[in-house]
Amino acid sequence: MEYIPNILFAILLIAGVGYFTKNVRKLTRNIKLGRDVDRSDNKSERWKNMAMIALGQSKMVRRPIAGLLHIIVYVGFVIINIEVLEIIIDGLFGTHRIFETVIGETVYGFLIGSFEILAVAVLVTVIIFWLRRNVIKLKRFLSAEMKGWPKSDGNIILYFEVVLMTLFLVMNASDIPFQEAGHGNVISQYLYPLFEGTENIEMANMVERTAWWLHIAGILIFLNYLYYSKHLHILLAFPNTWYANLKPKGEFVNDAAVTKEVMLMMDPNADPFAAPAEGEDEGEPEKFGASDVQDLHWVQLMNSYTCTECGRCTSECPANQTGKKLSPRKIMMDTRDRLEEVGKNIDANNGTFVDDGKALLNDYITPEELWACTSCNACVEACPVNIDPLSIIIEMRKYLVMEQSAAPSELNVMMGNIENNGAPWPYNQMDRLNWKDEN
Amino acid sequence: MKVPTMAEYMAEGKQPEVLFWVGCAGSFDDRAKKITKAFVKILNNANVEFAVLGAEESCTGDPAKRAGNEFLFQMQAVTNIEVMNAYEVKKVVTACPHCFNTIKNEYPSLGGNYDVVHHTQFLKSLLDDGRLTIEGGHFKGKRITFHDPCYLGRANDVYEAPRELIRKLDVELVEMKNCRKKGLCCGAGGAQMFKDAEPGNKEVNIERTEQALEVQPDIIAAGCPFCNTMMTDGIKNKEKEDSIVVQDIAELIANAQDL
Repeated sequence: MEYIPNILFAILLIAGVGYFTKNVRKLTRNIKLGRDVDRSDNKSERWKNMAMIALGQSKMVRRPIAGLLHIIVYVGFVIINIEVLEIIIDGLFGTHRIFETVIGETVYGFLIGSFEILAVAVLVTVIIFWLRRNVIKLKRFLSAEMKGWPKSDGNIILYFEVVLMTLFLVMNASDIPFQEAGHGNVISQYLYPLFEGTENIEMANMVERTAWWLHIAGILIFLNYLYYSKHLHILLAFPNTWYANLKPKGEFVNDAAVTKEVMLMMDPNADPFAAPAEGEDEGEPEKFGASDVQDLHWVQLMNSYTCTECGRCTSECPANQTGKKLSPRKIMMDTRDRLEEVGKNIDANNGTFVDDGKALLNDYITPEELWACTSCNACVEACPVNIDPLSIIIEMRKYLVMEQSAAPSELNVMMGNIENNGAPWPYNQMDRLNWKDEN
Repeated sequence: MKVPTMAEYMAEGKQPEVLFWVGCAGSFDDRAKKITKAFVKILNNANVEFAVLGAEESCTGDPAKRAGNEFLFQMQAVTNIEVMNAYEVKKVVTACPHCFNTIKNEYPSLGGNYDVVHHTQFLKSLLDDGRLTIEGGHFKGKRITFHDPCYLGRANDVYEAPRELIRKLDVELVEMKNCRKKGLCCGAGGAQMFKDAEPGNKEVNIERTEQALEVQPDIIAAGCPFCNTMMTDGIKNKEKEDSIVVQDIAELIANAQDL
């Protein structure tokens, strides 16, 4: 009988971690639906980026208020999770505050004391975050794409954190031996009077156990909530910054399939009717650009899962600022939504994707949004975790132009001019040096 | 004004120090031609041996690529690279950030490897080498604000060269609320120059012009012919063309020197 709590705890832990693992598998499978791209060069720079941007939050603090608040929650959340390790050991082996005996009362007291302070700091911060979203109504949380689930998702995360932090403090306050030892109860000592006194020992014990169980259960539920939430960024920010583009932002990749064709056209010795050489794999007919998520590369798909919908990209976007429909954040959210839809389709059809007559282009992202982009890279620069919405926009433009000939007519005129005159305007190439003799 | 071509250099069996890539705007747009000429005057004055391609130059393909026409872009790129490689071009300077970005970043994987600099970087290097001196002239004490071109700044991290040149003019450099990494686009990039904007409630260049007006400049300095056009239009829209001028950094330097 005495092992029942340990067994229950083990079941809870296995269920929580198991379900999470299952979803992580689904996540990686979905990301791998994308095309291949090699982002394994310059490892030292990649590690450095990850350390600075994901771990060090260097891009978060460009907006000082949001940045500072974010760091408090981030540090609080990461550090308080050391406590989770103790809870797991205690839960599995039936011990109580095992670390206290391992590292000694003083150090333990110092640690728990700082966790308590952080817990309060996180509570305060989370309240400010909630006010920013729901009362102050910052513009970037009010865009069209932030209605419904994205809005509730943002708030649910905040409620979760309030509950978890409160449980942590209550758990400490109702732990009478811990309180009586007087080490590290810097905050919870003020809640202790509620549980003080011998006649309340039973009640205090019950509250302590309840808070303890709810705390760990809450953490496991939160862990599993991540997959369904923008909060996935707390995990994906790390690989996302590691695999981010290191080249100059202005450099757009040259499509190698096009290069092959161009070189063939430019080569006077090439025989246009020649059969492909023996053994040369023609592969699938090449599709230019992207109309659906499978046409994007896997880093772009990972980007979409990493996006935390903070809207810094959209608020810096010149098109969005001047009232156009384009919102880089929506591009990322649409990509994720469509990818999830494709993933569910694959699950429902025994591992293969069955055409559902839909696509990222048109069903989610409209050409009007795509054509409003000035390719200025403000969104890429603004993203605190190096997401690149611009690369998706350009891939989709490529599809519109090269597969569908669906460019706005003025752009067709511009391209016709380049083709015929070597300039976007209808001037003769032979007149290029006329300025020399003009006043 | 001396404007030799690569063909002329080759006929003499010589190589210029640098190829000046003029670009479509610099060749054909009436406003941008003034920038081209100002830059040439500075080069002449500093005795820089440069050459242009003239009729052998063609669009880099930047607007085609950004509009999504990869095929047309690569056709342009490969043709231009063939011409430049035939002349054994080593170094390229251009006053257009779009040409600069494309030749610098996108030509190498197609076989075009050159040392590419923006004209503000080139002028800065002339200044550092003592080949060019900049004095304030009639700009002394004026308020100047610099509009960062996206394809120079964010796209390639060039923020300081233009600013250092401006400071040499003995002026007061004032920064807009969005500058450097946070610079706001003029609205012309990504092939927007060649089409109408999508429906919205304002044009991007008007928004940017309003930001510039907030710092009450006498001059808005630009480093891109497209930004120049967009900001000039913005100033006209605000009916400020009598009190505020939009000028490229090359023009400012040439004018200060009365070249």
